[in-house]
Amino acid sequence: MIAEPHSHGDQWIICEHCDSVYESMPLNKGEAAYCLRCAAILRRSHRLTLEQLLALSIAACILFIFANVFPVITISMQGLHNEVTLWGSVQALAQGQITLIALVAGLAIILAPALQIALLFWVLAHAHRGEIAPGFKMCMRTLEHLRPWSMLEVCLLGILVAIVKLAGMLDVHAGVGLWAMAMLMVLILLIAGKDIRRLWDELGVQPE
Amino acid sequence: MNGIPYAREYKITLCHVCSYVCAEEAHECPRCNSPVHRRKPNSLTRTWAFLIAGLIFYIPANLLPVMYTTMLGSSSENTIMSGVIEFAESGSWDIAILIFIASVVVPCIKFLVLGLMLVTCQRRSTWAMRERSRLFRFIELIGYWSMLDVLVVALVAALVQFRGLSTIEPRLGILFFGLVVVMTMLAAMTFDPRLIWDAEVEDVR
Repeated sequence: MIAEPHSHGDQWIICEHCDSVYESMPLNKGEAAYCLRCAAILRRSHRLTLEQLLALSIAACILFIFANVFPVITISMQGLHNEVTLWGSVQALAQGQITLIALVAGLAIILAPALQIALLFWVLAHAHRGEIAPGFKMCMRTLEHLRPWSMLEVCLLGILVAIVKLAGMLDVHAGVGLWAMAMLMVLILLIAGKDIRRLWDELGVQPE
Repeated sequence: MNGIPYAREYKITLCHVCSYVCAEEAHECPRCNSPVHRRKPNSLTRTWAFLIAGLIFYIPANLLPVMYTTMLGSSSENTIMSGVIEFAESGSWDIAILIFIASVVVPCIKFLVLGLMLVTCQRRSTWAMRERSRLFRFIELIGYWSMLDVLVVALVAALVQFRGLSTIEPRLGILFFGLVVVMTMLAAMTFDPRLIWDAEVEDVR
């Protein structure tokens, strides 16, 4: 039988989807723990070390700059050229009555990923040296709240759809920004998942 | 299915931000200082509110044009559905289906599933609890893909700006459509899937 829990919270796992309690067990590489009651994933073994996560967040930072500086799509029509960056597409929505949706789009494809990368770099760079970053709690809370609003994978699909849509009437070319976007999307999936919560335990942040 | 203890039996509760196991009476997680609730406060009422707001916005989102195109003198306005039909007629079946799924099927599934969740939880139904849990996680996963159409319109409108030859502008419909996506995302976030399992026991607040 399971013993009464006491102050050492990390011995227990509670399923966030159904409130079932399990005793925490160490996982081997590639293993995942599932809730027996509702079949949700309780925990996954860590695929990457903190060092690798830090390296990937630096790479993400560089790719993010590329994705934002270079155009994602270039078109030409009867000798005229035009190109669009991520910021340009957000600006296109910021006209008149529909400005509100430009804010949502800006959050989803620029602001949220940028903050995620910056905050991850900040906490991971300190974790790499075994320190708890200044403002650690706020950074980690912000990362949790940003996650659902970061939509780079949707944006990537949107770029591809836009290319196919315009290919019928104009000359369309994928820009450097698109390739950076594609790689950045993979990196964000790897580094910005729920897995980052491990820092709480690994850095031994003490509850007050 | 029985035998697995619930957190309340141990008088503990989970912090949703840092996964810390808190004491039941805690109002704030001792580790990350986020507010902690045994169940998300007023989950059902708030989810209903966001869901109904989303449904209301869904009407203008489909009726109003999302895009205004001028091409060599002739101009046209497209709603979401007419855009899909145009793609299908021009032979791009794949893209037509993709946009149809992202902007029609996904929001409709979200409305139906969230409605189902709310009604079954309010009636404290014990029907297919495991499957309902899976279903909820599924709509949480697919929800934000509806943003696709908003981003496509943004990209296309930013690109096609050839004065005198051809321009594309976004229209009011896309605002409502974006709001539908935001509302359904908020509805899914405020719904507490643990309520599905509370039907097994007495009221948990």
